[in-house]
Amino acid sequence: MYAQMVKSTGQGVKPREDMSPEERHFQDRVDANEKIEPKDWMPDGYRKTLIRQIAQHAHSEVVGQLPEGNWITRAPTLERKAILLAKVQDEAGHGLYLYCAAETLGISRDELTEKLLDGSMKYSSIFNYPTLTWADIGAVGWLVDGAAIMNQVPLQRTSYGPYSRAMIRICKEESFHQRQGFDIMMKMAQGTEAQRRMAQDALNRFWYPSLMMFGPSDKDSVHSAQSMAWKIKINTNDELRQKFVDQTVPQAHYLGLTVPDDDLRFNDETGHWDFSEPDWSEFYEVLKGNGPCNEERMAARRKAWDDGAWVREGLMAHAGKRSHRTAAE
Amino acid sequence: MDQALFEFCLRMGDNTLVLGHRVSEWCGHAPVLEEDIALANTALDLIGQTQLWLGLAGEVEGAGRDADALAFRRDAWDFRSVLLVEQPNGDFGQTILRQYLFDQYQALMLAELVASSDARVSAIAQKAAKEVAYHLDRSRDTVVGLGDGTDESHTRMQAALDRLYPFVGELFGEDDLDREVAARGIAPLPASLRAAYDAALAATMDEATLALPDSRWSQSGGRDGTRHSEHLGHLLTEMQWLQRAYPDARW
Ligand SMILES: [Fe+2]
Ligand SMILES: [Fe+2]
Repeated sequence: MYAQMVKSTGQGVKPREDMSPEERHFQDRVDANEKIEPKDWMPDGYRKTLIRQIAQHAHSEVVGQLPEGNWITRAPTLERKAILLAKVQDEAGHGLYLYCAAETLGISRDELTEKLLDGSMKYSSIFNYPTLTWADIGAVGWLVDGAAIMNQVPLQRTSYGPYSRAMIRICKEESFHQRQGFDIMMKMAQGTEAQRRMAQDALNRFWYPSLMMFGPSDKDSVHSAQSMAWKIKINTNDELRQKFVDQTVPQAHYLGLTVPDDDLRFNDETGHWDFSEPDWSEFYEVLKGNGPCNEERMAARRKAWDDGAWVREGLMAHAGKRSHRTAAE
Repeated sequence: MDQALFEFCLRMGDNTLVLGHRVSEWCGHAPVLEEDIALANTALDLIGQTQLWLGLAGEVEGAGRDADALAFRRDAWDFRSVLLVEQPNGDFGQTILRQYLFDQYQALMLAELVASSDARVSAIAQKAAKEVAYHLDRSRDTVVGLGDGTDESHTRMQAALDRLYPFVGELFGEDDLDREVAARGIAPLPASLRAAYDAALAATMDEATLALPDSRWSQSGGRDGTRHSEHLGHLLTEMQWLQRAYPDARW
């Protein structure tokens, strides 16, 4: 999931009797599964929470280019290079759709970018982990895109129209990414001894960070309760995490890889896999900026933005001159 | 083996491979998100064209080497890429100007190759020509926009042009191989494209308010492999590393 711990109003769900007539009408529309569109009236908290959530997702797509971009120039075959380029291009495109969706809520892409770069907005913790071998590119597609899909498929039904439509477009591409990632893992797991070692090592390093993508348990969170009432969050973090584990463990076994969890067990009573929680103190440190690659990721994004200033200004100035000349004719 | 056709395919495929690699280095670092997407798309097209050209080279050679073997298992002196595409990215201006200088040439070349006497060459050219027409539109517009933008963007673009222009002449080089493929109707003599290239370049630079350098002195040694730039070795070191380190692996 690319949006983690998005704060809502902090007040819990507003009881119906405390709602204004507008709020009541709004909630009725959400309950009836009507889509809310940009020009419709909406509570201030709904707008703010959505901006935070969509922007965090957009930033994640953009920063997410970096760990995968790290291997484009070293991809082992022309076909793998082409597939990875296409994937990273898709992710940048996802960022663009999502910034456009956020802009319908009255905030510009430049403002959101500034907030990412000054640290006041976050991106998913997962992109602060390094990609160290080619198998990591497989693991990212398989696990990271896999976890993202878990969250994004239900969000296709979210109450905000532009967000829902962005999710529908994005989900189609994400499932390609996941299949391509799994395909890399398969080649590695069935390959030479060195390749198998890379595959297992990638799973070892990406397993718990992938589980963290869903965020800590939020069954008691007031933020989540309000977001769920507004249908900008559809499932709890624990539900999605469990679904992800249930889907992924058999795939790992199929690959002949070992999930790095001694307590992993299929529970006959629940019909689900029991698993160990990730180290949540590590998660909070990564969010605070102390992950293995936070420095590099932010430095890369700041450098791209700063070095690109003359290009953005140059193109704007030219567009201005051009429209001036057309007006003068 | 048809040595001339083989080498001609290498010249085409090595250019797209090396330039595609260079452009892909931008991934995630571009000035705006739209450029991240456009650069990745350009790199993707170039790598796709590489698969076709080097695939054909391998087929012509008939020695069991496929496009990957040619891309990942040859050393620098066997590459036939022009020096222009080996040049480092520099700033975004240098990257986009290099792209324009190449696209303009490539568009003219592909337009002729569509009529190649070799049906396989013609088929690749038809597919690639559409992609390159789009690249050319973009790189040309961006060069014009930045040349005729702010003082800073103008200064940077002029510096990029001064830096890269000495690599333009090599695109139009001529040797025995060129003469043979031209005589057989496979490809035009590069020199025959120069007048159209110069006219297009002059028009673009005029619109971009950039001045073409007076000297037509040109560096060479890439397209015949006699003297590549120092940059190519480093580029290949990175690109070929996995295939070299794990020669028995399949990916
Ligand atoms: Fe994505
Ligand atoms: Fe993806």
